[in-house]
Amino acid sequence: MLGALIIVFREVIEAGIIVGIILAVTRGVARSRLWISVGVVAGVLGASLVAAFAGALANALEGVGQEVFNGSILAFAVVMLAWHNIWMATHGRQMAAEARQLGEEVRSGARSLAALAIVVGVAVMREGSEIALFLYGLAAAGGSDAPSLIIGGLLGLIAGSAVSALTFFGLVAIPQRHLFRVTTILITFLAAGLAAQSVAFFQQAGLVVALSETAWDTSNILSDTSLFGRVLHTLIGYSDQPSMLQVMVYIATLAAIFGLSKAFSSRGGAGSRVAKSASASSNAHAA
Amino acid sequence: MRTIRPSSYARRVAAFAIALLAATQSARAEEVVIHLVLKDHRFQPQESSAPAGQRITIELTNQDPTPAELESKTLRFEKVVAGGGKITMQVRPLVPGRYRFYDDYHEDTTEGFLVVR
Repeated sequence: MLGALIIVFREVIEAGIIVGIILAVTRGVARSRLWISVGVVAGVLGASLVAAFAGALANALEGVGQEVFNGSILAFAVVMLAWHNIWMATHGRQMAAEARQLGEEVRSGARSLAALAIVVGVAVMREGSEIALFLYGLAAAGGSDAPSLIIGGLLGLIAGSAVSALTFFGLVAIPQRHLFRVTTILITFLAAGLAAQSVAFFQQAGLVVALSETAWDTSNILSDTSLFGRVLHTLIGYSDQPSMLQVMVYIATLAAIFGLSKAFSSRGGAGSRVAKSASASSNAHAA
Repeated sequence: MRTIRPSSYARRVAAFAIALLAATQSARAEEVVIHLVLKDHRFQPQESSAPAGQRITIELTNQDPTPAELESKTLRFEKVVAGGGKITMQVRPLVPGRYRFYDDYHEDTTEGFLVVR
């Protein structure tokens, strides 16, 4: 029962913290709840599909389909988060200049909401497919301990939801005028963490072999399987044994999103050219 | 002269092709493949060994009807294998040590080790 509780709990907090942050980011925005609900439902459906076709997925693309799939959807989520931040930086400035208020209209960008709904969907799909597979395994195995495992799973779900809710309420307790700044930083670190995870899948597939040495080992100090380590892993991408490439991609993603947001938010007439060259050079660094 | 040149050229190409073939085959021979079987939630063999400093391929055949997730933090992989399925994973060149892997869905009971020398 404890095993089931732990597995469900940690998958739920990984997806739940992301949902909590995005709920806080879009608080007060018209239709944001609807978009996020769409993301969650799509994620659950996607998770069932991924679980059902896990075997086919693993065998696709000469046996690395699963890694390519996971790595790609994570990379896609990073792009969506980056785009959201840059969009906010651009329009936040624009609207503040026009209306002199950083209020509701600023955060009512429907396209940006769609991007966040995709991020929610991807998070729920990844973690949900693990729960689905695990529960399917339980159901297939049967046995007398199945009821206690299901109770464990339910308790894990409740505990995970509670941690996610804490994230949300913790964030919304931040005064409104600071919330935007805090969530922008949170989303940037979230994106960098997802980018580093994405790299790990491509390395596992053997598609990326460079810089696979371990950068550091802090598993004795703070294991990323502990509760606190897990939360940090989701929030800022903490890993106790990252590869060199993961660390580099992490830093590059942080620099790219912060840099681009800054470039776009301060662009005037000539500034857009600066922003373009900044994006070109950050691409060159990523390559 | 003209009749000799093409044939010497062809010979050189053939020699190069043979050298290339030999090179790829010796590279393939150096590739380390570890075969694992998961049956009744146990890894067989429970402990495998591999040489240090070489890329390793791990093949896992799941003979159980239930899905499992082969995971290792130190070997840095996590991959789902369906019931009755088979997966392959790449592991980076390793320094000597004893590396633990497990089924993430039954972490307490289903574990195995890779000893690198």
